[in-house]
Amino acid sequence: MRLPHPNPDDLGLDYLEVRGLTVDFDGFKAVDGVDLTLLQGRVHFLIGPNGAGKTTLVDAVTGLVPATGLARYRNQDLLSVRSHKIVRAGIGRTFQTATVFEELSVLQNLDIAGGVHRSPFALLRARRGVPSYVADALETVGLADLRDRPAGVLAHGQKQWLEIGMLLVQDAKVMLLDEPVAGMSAEEREETGALLQRIGEERTIVVIEHDMDFVRSFADVVTVMHAGKVLIEGSVAEIQASPEVQEVYLGRTVEGTTHA
Amino acid sequence: MDSFTTPLLAGTATGALLLIAALGLALTFGQMGVINMAHGEFLMAGAYATYLTQQVVTNTDVSVLVALPVAFLVAGLLGLLLEVTVISWMYRRPLDTLLVTVGVGLVLQQLAKDVFGAQGDPVRTPGWLEGNIDVFGYHWPYRQMFTIVLALMALTALAALLKYSSFGRQIRATVQNRDLAETVGIRTRTVDRITFFVGSGLAGIGGVAVSLISGTNPRLGTAYIISAFLVVVAGGLGQLKGTVIAAFAVGIATSFFADWTSASMAQVATFALVVVFLQVRPQGLFVVRSRGLA
Amino acid sequence: MKSFARSYGPLVAIAVLAVLLLVVAPAVLSPFRLNNLGKYCCWAIAAVGIGLAWGRGGMLVMGQGVFFGIGGYAMAMHLKLEAAGPEGIPDFMLLYGDGTMPGWWEPFRSGAFTLFAIVALPAIAAAILGYAVFKRRVKGAYFAILTQALAVVFATLLIATIQETGGFNGLNQFTFFFGYNLYDPVNKKMVYSIAAGLLVACLVVVWQLYRSRFGELLVATRDAEERVRFLGHDPANVKLAAFVIAAVMASIGGAMFAPIAGIISPSDVDATASIFLIAGVALGGRALLLGPALGAIAVGYGRSTLSESFPDQWTYFLGALFIAVILLFPAGLASLFGKAWSRLPRRKAAPA
Repeated sequence: MRLPHPNPDDLGLDYLEVRGLTVDFDGFKAVDGVDLTLLQGRVHFLIGPNGAGKTTLVDAVTGLVPATGLARYRNQDLLSVRSHKIVRAGIGRTFQTATVFEELSVLQNLDIAGGVHRSPFALLRARRGVPSYVADALETVGLADLRDRPAGVLAHGQKQWLEIGMLLVQDAKVMLLDEPVAGMSAEEREETGALLQRIGEERTIVVIEHDMDFVRSFADVVTVMHAGKVLIEGSVAEIQASPEVQEVYLGRTVEGTTHA
Repeated sequence: MDSFTTPLLAGTATGALLLIAALGLALTFGQMGVINMAHGEFLMAGAYATYLTQQVVTNTDVSVLVALPVAFLVAGLLGLLLEVTVISWMYRRPLDTLLVTVGVGLVLQQLAKDVFGAQGDPVRTPGWLEGNIDVFGYHWPYRQMFTIVLALMALTALAALLKYSSFGRQIRATVQNRDLAETVGIRTRTVDRITFFVGSGLAGIGGVAVSLISGTNPRLGTAYIISAFLVVVAGGLGQLKGTVIAAFAVGIATSFFADWTSASMAQVATFALVVVFLQVRPQGLFVVRSRGLA
Repeated sequence: MKSFARSYGPLVAIAVLAVLLLVVAPAVLSPFRLNNLGKYCCWAIAAVGIGLAWGRGGMLVMGQGVFFGIGGYAMAMHLKLEAAGPEGIPDFMLLYGDGTMPGWWEPFRSGAFTLFAIVALPAIAAAILGYAVFKRRVKGAYFAILTQALAVVFATLLIATIQETGGFNGLNQFTFFFGYNLYDPVNKKMVYSIAAGLLVACLVVVWQLYRSRFGELLVATRDAEERVRFLGHDPANVKLAAFVIAAVMASIGGAMFAPIAGIISPSDVDATASIFLIAGVALGGRALLLGPALGAIAVGYGRSTLSESFPDQWTYFLGALFIAVILLFPAGLASLFGKAWSRLPRRKAAPA
C-alpha cells in the first residue's frame, strides 16, 4: 500500500527528506526507522493515535531531541545542527500549546519573527513603520485589525494564526504545525484549512492532527504513524480504505508492535 | 599516603555535611520549585538548638543525642512557618521565593546576632566523640565520622520515607505531575507543607553536626548554603542518588583542592568544576524526564 | 503627539533626573550628603544593568557585586598606584607582604589601561561565564545560584589575598583621581558629577535598548525562550548580550564607587552586597526604565540613614524590604505610579 518514493531527481531540492529516523529514549524507541518525503506544494497530514511518535518526529527534525538516521532539506543535514540553525535553513514549527509572546503586540510578535534576516546592528535600532512582509503576513492570517493588541488577549484560534503568521514572516519553506486547530470552533477550522491551502502552494506544510473531519477536508497526503513507525501513506481515500488503519483506530494492536 | 588519605577522609566528612544540607534543599526544590535561601539559617538554627540543649541538659554525653530531635523540630517548625506565612503566597513563582527567602535569611541571621551575640558560642563535644582513629597515618576525628554516620542515617530515613510510606508516594506523585496528583485526590498543599517541614528539619540535623565541628555562629549558614546549592545543581533534580554523588564529589574535590592550594582557591576551583560539569550535563547528574516542551 | 509622548516621554523623565542630580543636588546638598548621593548613584548604575538583565531578560543576576568589584578594584588599584607615586608601591604591600608588587598590578599605573580594563575585564568575565551557562541552557534558579556562588567565591578570594588585594581591609586611602586631589571639595564635586553623569548615560543606553528590536527580543526570550529559538534566533546570544552589558554597567558603578567612598573592600562586593543591589531593583520595579535606578538610590539612602541612627536595624530593614516588596509588589513600587499614570489619560479620553 505504501506509495513509491518519488525520484529525487525530478523534484529539484525543495523537499524534506527523512530516512530511517530513529529517536531512542533510554531504550524506548519513540520514533523507529521512519522514512518520509515531504514535497513542496502539498498539505501533508501526520496522524496516528497518542504516543505514535508524531510530535517526537517533528521534535527530532527541529533539533529538540537527538535522533539518528537522516533528515535533509536542500542538502542541509538537519540532525547535526542546532534548532535556530534549522530555522534559518527554512524550517519553522509551532507547538501544541500556542506560544506567542503575550506581553508583546501582534505586530511586535510578527516583527520578531522577521529578525532572522537582520544584522545585529539593525537590532539596536527601534522599529520604524511596518515592514512590508509583516504587513503581508498580517493580511494573510487576518489579524490586521488586531495588530496593536497584546498577543496575550487574543482568542485561542487567533494565537494559532499569529503563530502561522510568524512562520510566514520568517519565510519558512517547510512548516511543521502541531495540532493547529485543536480547540478551535468549526468556523475557525474552516478558515485555518483555507489558510493552509493558500499558503501551501509554494511551501511544504506538515500538520499533525487528530480531527479526521479536518484531515478529510484539507489533506493532500496523509501519513499514519503508529508505535513510532509509519503504518501507511497515501491519499485520504486510501487511508480510509486501509484495514490496518481501522485496526489501529479501533484500539486493537497490530501484530509485532506495542502501544506506547 | 598521607597526602591522599587526609583530604579524602576530611572531604568525605565535608561531603556528608553538604549532603545533609542538600537533601532538604533538593527535596523542596525538586517538589515545589522553591529555592529556600534561608535553608542555611535553618542549619544555623539547628546549631543554636544544640547549644541551647547543652545549657539545659548538662550531661554532654546525652545532650547531643537530645539535640538531634530538638534541632530537627526547631528547624522543621521554622520551615513550616516560612511555608505557611510566605511561600504559600508565592505559588509557582520560584525565582521570587528565592528572593523572599534571602530576606528571611537576613532577618534570621541578624536575630541570631542580637540574641546570641556576633561571636558565636562553643559547643562541647561529648566524651564518646573525643579522640580519633588512625587511618594510614591520618588521625581521623570521631566527630567527622559521626557526621558521615548522621548523613547516612538521614539519607536512609528519607529514602525509606519516600519509597515505602504512603506520604512518600504522595510526594513522588506530586513531584512528577502536580496537576494529576491533585485530580486523584492528593492534597498537594498539605504534602508541600510536610515536605517543607521535613526538608527544613534535615537542615536542623545538619546544624547539630556543624556545631560539633565549628561551634555556633550567626553566619554559619552562609558558609554552607552556596556549596549545598551547587550540590543540588550538579546532582540534578528528582533523584536522591544524584544529590548523594554530587555531595561527596564536591566535598572530596574541595578537600583535595584545599590540600593542593589553599582553602579559598579550593572554593574557586570547585565553582569552576561545577560550571564545567554543567557543560557536560546541563541538568545535573540525574533528571526526571518530562514530556512536552513548549 | 501621543506616540511622541510614548516614545520620548521616558527621555524627558531621564532629563528631569539629570537636572536633579547634576544641577539641583550639588547646589543644595552639603558635601557630605552629596558624596553619599554619589555612592547611591554608583549603586544605581549597577542597578540599571540588573534591570536590563533581570527585569527585561529574566536572568536573576545575584552576583553583580563581582562585576562591581572588578571595576572598583581596577580603579582602586590605579588610585593606589597614583597615591604611591611613580615607581612606588602601595602601602599595604609593605605592611603585609615582602614589599614587592605582583606583576599584574603594573599595567594599572596607566590611567588609560585602567579605564580600558574597567570595561573589558567584566565584559570578558561575563562573556565566558555567560557563554558556558547560556549555551548549555542553564537558566532560572540554577543561573541565579551560580551567579551568587560566583560572588561568594570572589569575596573569599579577595579576603585570602591580603598581600595582593588588601584582603579584608580592601583598598583605601586614595589621594589623587587622575591627577586631581581628592581632598579638595571642588574635585570631590567633580567626581560626583562624573558618577551622576554616567548614571544618566547608562539610562539613555537602556532606554534605546528597550525601544530597539533587541529590547523586544530580550523580553520575548524572557517570556518564551523556546519560541525564540524557533524563530531562528539563538536565545543564548540575546541573553549573553544583556548579561555582558549589565556586567559592564556594574563595573562602571564600582569604578566610580572607589574614589567616592574612598574604599573598596570585599564587603562592598560579596554576596550580601550583590543582594543589596537586587533589593533596590526589586523595590523600584525591575522591568521599568527608571525603577531600578530610583530604587537603588532609595535603598542606598535608607541604608545610610538607618545605619546612622540604628546600625543593627539595617539588616532587619533590608530583610523585611525583600519580603514585603516581593510578596506585595513584585513589579516594584514604581509600578504603582505607572498604573496611576497609565490610567490618567484614559479617564480623560473616555468622555470625549
